[in-house]
Amino acid sequence: MGTNIYEKHPKLAQFGILLVGFFLLIILVSPSDTNVLWRLPPLLAPLPGMINDLAENLMFNWFPVQVYDPDLDDYEQTALLRELTRGFSRGVLFLIELIREVLIGGVKTIVAFTGWEYIRENPWAIWPALPWTVVVGGAALLGYALRGVGLALLAGISLSYISIFGQWEPAMETLSFVLVAAPISILLGLLFGIWSFKSRTVEAVLMPLLNIAQTMPHFSYLVPVTVFFGVGDHAGAIATIIFATPPMIRLTLLGLKKVPVEVVEAGMMSGSNDRQILLNVLVPTARHDILIGVNQVIMQCLAMAVIASFIGAKGLGFNLLLALNGLRIGQALELGICIVLIAVVLDRLSLAWANKQTDYFADLNFVEKHRFGLIFLVIFVVGVVLAFLGGMIFKDGINYFYFIPHNKGITTEYIWQSGVDWMVDNWYAGLQGFNRGLIINVLQPMKRAFLSMPVSATFLLVMGVGYIIGGTRSALIVGGFLLFIALTEWWDRALITAYMTTFSVIVAMIIGLTIGSLCAQNSFASKTILLVCDTFQTFPSFIYLIPVIMLFGVTDTSVLIAVIIYASIPAIRYTVEGIRKVPPHLREAGLMSGVTPLQRWIKIDLPLAFPHIMLGVNQTVIFALFMVIIGAMIGTDDLGQLILKALSDKQGIGNGLMLGLCVAFIGLVVDHLINTWAAQRKAALGFGE
Amino acid sequence: MKRLTTKAAAAAFSVTFASISGQALAADSAQPIIIPTHNWSSQVVMAYVIGGIFESMGNNVEYVPADSQAVYEAIRNGDVTISHEVWQSSFGGAFYNAMSKGGLIDAGTHSAATLEEMGVPQYVIDDNLCPGLPDWEALKNCPEVFATADSEGKGRWLEGPQSWHGDLMPVRVEALGLGDLYTVKFAGSADAIWAELASAKKEGRGIITFNWTPNFTDAEGFAFIEFPGYTEGCRVADGGDGSCGSPKGWLKKAANYKFPKTHPEAYKTYSKISFSTKDIGQMAALVDVDKMTHQDAATAWLAAHEDVWKPFTQ
Repeated sequence: MGTNIYEKHPKLAQFGILLVGFFLLIILVSPSDTNVLWRLPPLLAPLPGMINDLAENLMFNWFPVQVYDPDLDDYEQTALLRELTRGFSRGVLFLIELIREVLIGGVKTIVAFTGWEYIRENPWAIWPALPWTVVVGGAALLGYALRGVGLALLAGISLSYISIFGQWEPAMETLSFVLVAAPISILLGLLFGIWSFKSRTVEAVLMPLLNIAQTMPHFSYLVPVTVFFGVGDHAGAIATIIFATPPMIRLTLLGLKKVPVEVVEAGMMSGSNDRQILLNVLVPTARHDILIGVNQVIMQCLAMAVIASFIGAKGLGFNLLLALNGLRIGQALELGICIVLIAVVLDRLSLAWANKQTDYFADLNFVEKHRFGLIFLVIFVVGVVLAFLGGMIFKDGINYFYFIPHNKGITTEYIWQSGVDWMVDNWYAGLQGFNRGLIINVLQPMKRAFLSMPVSATFLLVMGVGYIIGGTRSALIVGGFLLFIALTEWWDRALITAYMTTFSVIVAMIIGLTIGSLCAQNSFASKTILLVCDTFQTFPSFIYLIPVIMLFGVTDTSVLIAVIIYASIPAIRYTVEGIRKVPPHLREAGLMSGVTPLQRWIKIDLPLAFPHIMLGVNQTVIFALFMVIIGAMIGTDDLGQLILKALSDKQGIGNGLMLGLCVAFIGLVVDHLINTWAAQRKAALGFGE
Repeated sequence: MKRLTTKAAAAAFSVTFASISGQALAADSAQPIIIPTHNWSSQVVMAYVIGGIFESMGNNVEYVPADSQAVYEAIRNGDVTISHEVWQSSFGGAFYNAMSKGGLIDAGTHSAATLEEMGVPQYVIDDNLCPGLPDWEALKNCPEVFATADSEGKGRWLEGPQSWHGDLMPVRVEALGLGDLYTVKFAGSADAIWAELASAKKEGRGIITFNWTPNFTDAEGFAFIEFPGYTEGCRVADGGDGSCGSPKGWLKKAANYKFPKTHPEAYKTYSKISFSTKDIGQMAALVDVDKMTHQDAATAWLAAHEDVWKPFTQ
C-alpha cells in the first residue's frame, strides 16, 4: 500500500516522511544551550564588530590625506575615501538644490558659485520661487504635449491640489530629490542591465547582489549611508537609489533577453554596428519591460520618501513623521495623498514621454516648432503678472497667487481627525475581545511553537522541502542561507520574524485570492483594483500604523494588521494578473461544458493561474518582511527591533548590515523555493517564458 | 539643459575645492550652522528659535531632518553642527558613544529640570483607578487595572524603545518585587506611546507608560510614579540592585568639535543658551495647543521673549 502511494505521488510521500522526521526532532531534541541540535553556537557573533572596524578604518584611517580647512585655518587629517564620498555627496546635493531652487527659490545655488560670504554681504541675492501657478501650468502643458488633454488635466489638478492644500513647499522638496534620484536609478539600471546582458560573468555576479538588495530592509543600510555620505537630502537620495535601482536592472535584463533573435539579425543585415544594434534595435524592442522598470523606479522612489527623511531628506516624508508624532493623522493623510499624487503624475508623464513617437519628416515653421515653448512663455508671464496682482490683493502677508506657505492652505484635517476619533470611540471596546482572543489563542501559541523548534528540525524541514522541490542543489542553497542566520546571535529573533511573516502571509494570501479572484471576473473591476494596489504601494504605511495602535494597542496584533494590509497588495495584484492571463478559450471551453462559476474558478482559473500566483506569494513574503521590520516602530522583539536600535549602536554599521542580511536570507530562502517550483510548474503547463 | 547641469556640477566641485583658499577669520564663518530637526514639536520649534538667534547675530543657518538617535554620529562627523535637546535617559547612550569616539563636545546644560520616568495620565489618579498612586507601593494592589490583551493578566508597563535605556525597566520591575504582577513591553517609537495614551484617555482606562517632562503631555496632566529615590550607584550598571527611580535628569546641548573655532561668537551664545521648563513648555504649546506651524511658533516666541534670549547673545 505504502509503495503504491509512493509511486502515485512520490513528492507527497517524501513530504510526509519529512514531516515525521521534523516532529520527531521536535520531540527528541532537548532544549539546552550546549546542545548543537537545539541551537548552533553563535560563531558569527564577532562579525558585525569586524565589519564595523573595517568601515570605520576605510572611512577615517585608510589613505590619510591632509585637507586645509579655511575656517580653522589649519590642516586636518582625513581619509581619501571620506573626501571622495563627501565630494560625490556635494555633487548630488548641488543637483537637488538646483532643481529645488528653480521651483521654490533659495540661495544654495548662488552660494555654490560665489560662497556664503557673498550672501552675507549681498542679502538681496536670493533666487525667487516660481509662482506655483506657473509650475501647475507648465506641468499641464507638459502633459498636453506628451499625451493630450487627459494627462494635462491630471497633472494640473494634482499639482493645484498640492498647492491649495498648503503642501507646496514640502512637495517640491520631495519632488526635487525624486527628480534626481529617479533618473540616476533609471540610468544605472539601464547601464547595469545592458552590461549584464552582454556579459555572463557580470550577470552571475550581479544577480545574487540584486537578490540581496531587493530583500534587505531599507532601515539596515541607513547607518552605512550616513557614515559614508553624511546626513541630508543627498543621503536620502543615495539610499533611495540603492533601493530603486535593482528592479530597473532586473527588468532591463529581462526585456533584452526577450528580444527575438530574428529582430537582432534583421538589424545586423541592415548593417548596424554594435552600438546601433543596442540603441536602435535591442532597447526599443525591449521597451515594454524597460518601461515597467521606470514605473517601478518611480514607485520605489516615492515609497522611500518617508524612510529617507530619517537621514535628512526634507519634504513630505519629514512633515509626515512630524504630524504623526503629534497624532495629527488628518495632516499626515493629506501629506500621504500628496506623495501618491506626485507618484501618479510622474509615472504617467514618464510613460507618455517614452511612448511618444518623434515625427522626423514634418516640415514645420518656427512657430509650429516652438509652439510649446511659446505657450510656456505665455503661462510664465501670466503667472508672474498674477503673482504681482496677488501681492496687491492679499494684504495680510501671504500672496496666494505666488506661494502658499506650508500648512496655510485649506485643510480637511478636522474631518479625518473626527473620523479617527469616532473609530476609536465606537470600535475600541468591541475589538478588545477579538484582540485578546487572537493573541491568547493564536499568536502567542504560534510564537511559542516557532521558538520551541530545535535548529536541527528547522534545517531538516527547510532543506528537505528544498530537496523535494529542486534536488540537492536547492537543498544546499537554502541550507546555506539558514546556516548564516543560525550562526549569528539572532536565531531566536529570526524565528519571531518568521512567525510574524508566516502568519501575515497566510492571511494576506487568503485576502489576495478572494479579492483578486472576484475582481478578475470583470475587466473594469480588475483595472480599478490594480489602481488601488498602485496607490497603496506608494501610500506611506506609517499613516495607518497610528490608528491601528489606537485600536489594538502596542501588541503583535497591531504589527500584523499593518503587515497584512501592505502584504495583500502583491497578493491581490498577482492573483488578478494570473487569472486575467488564463487563455480565454480555456474558460470558454469550460463554459461550454456547463461548469458553474465556482467550478470554473476551482478547476480552470486557479490551476492555470497558479504559477503566477505563486510568484505573488513570493512578493507577498518580501513585502511582509519589509513591513514586519517597519513594525518595529510599533514595538516588536524580533530582528526589526535590533535594526532600529542599530541607528544609535556603537557597532551600527556592522549590526545593521548583518541584521539586514538575516532578513534578506529569510526572504531568499522562500524566493528560491518558490521560483524553482514555479518554473517547473510553468514548464509542465506549457507556458514557459 | 544637460550640458548646463554637467557644467554647473563641475563648477560646484571646483568651487568647493577653491574655497580652501580662504583666510583666517576673527568673526564667525559664513558657512551655515546646521541644526537638526527631529520628530517632536518642542525640539523643532527650539531648532528654529536657536536658528533665529544665530541669524539675528548675522549667521547663516540650515535645518536638516535627522533621526534623533542617529544624529550624534552625524555631529561627530561634522555633517550636523549641533543638537540642542540631548535627553539624559533617552539619548545619553548615543551622546556618550559619539563623544568617546571623538568629534562631539558637550556644550552645556539647559536649566530645565527634566524627569524621564514611568507614570500615569492624571485621570488615573483623579478617578482613583488605583488608590494610593503615585506612590509605587500602590501598584501592588491593582495590576489588573493596567492589564492588556497580551500581558497574560499582569499589569503592563509601556516602556520606550529598547534603544533608549536597555533593560532598566524590566530590571526595576524585578528588583521591586513586582515581577509576578507586572510585565514590561517595549514600544517601538514615541508615536506608539502617544497613540496608546490618546486611545486610553478616550476610554478612561488605566495605563502606565514611560514619559518625560517638559513635554506636551504636561498640558493635559501626567503624574510620574514615585519610586524609591535615586541614589548614586543604585542602578545595576553601577553595582546596585536597580530598585530605584530615575534621577532628575539633565537636558544637554551637543556640538561638533569645530563649532567653537569656526563660529566663536555663535558658539559663545550657544553655550550660554539655557531654556527652562517654562520656555520649552511655551514653545511646544504654540504648536500642540495653538496649532501654529513650527516656524511661526518660533518667530512668535522669539518676538515675545526677547528678555529671555537677548542676554544669551551678549
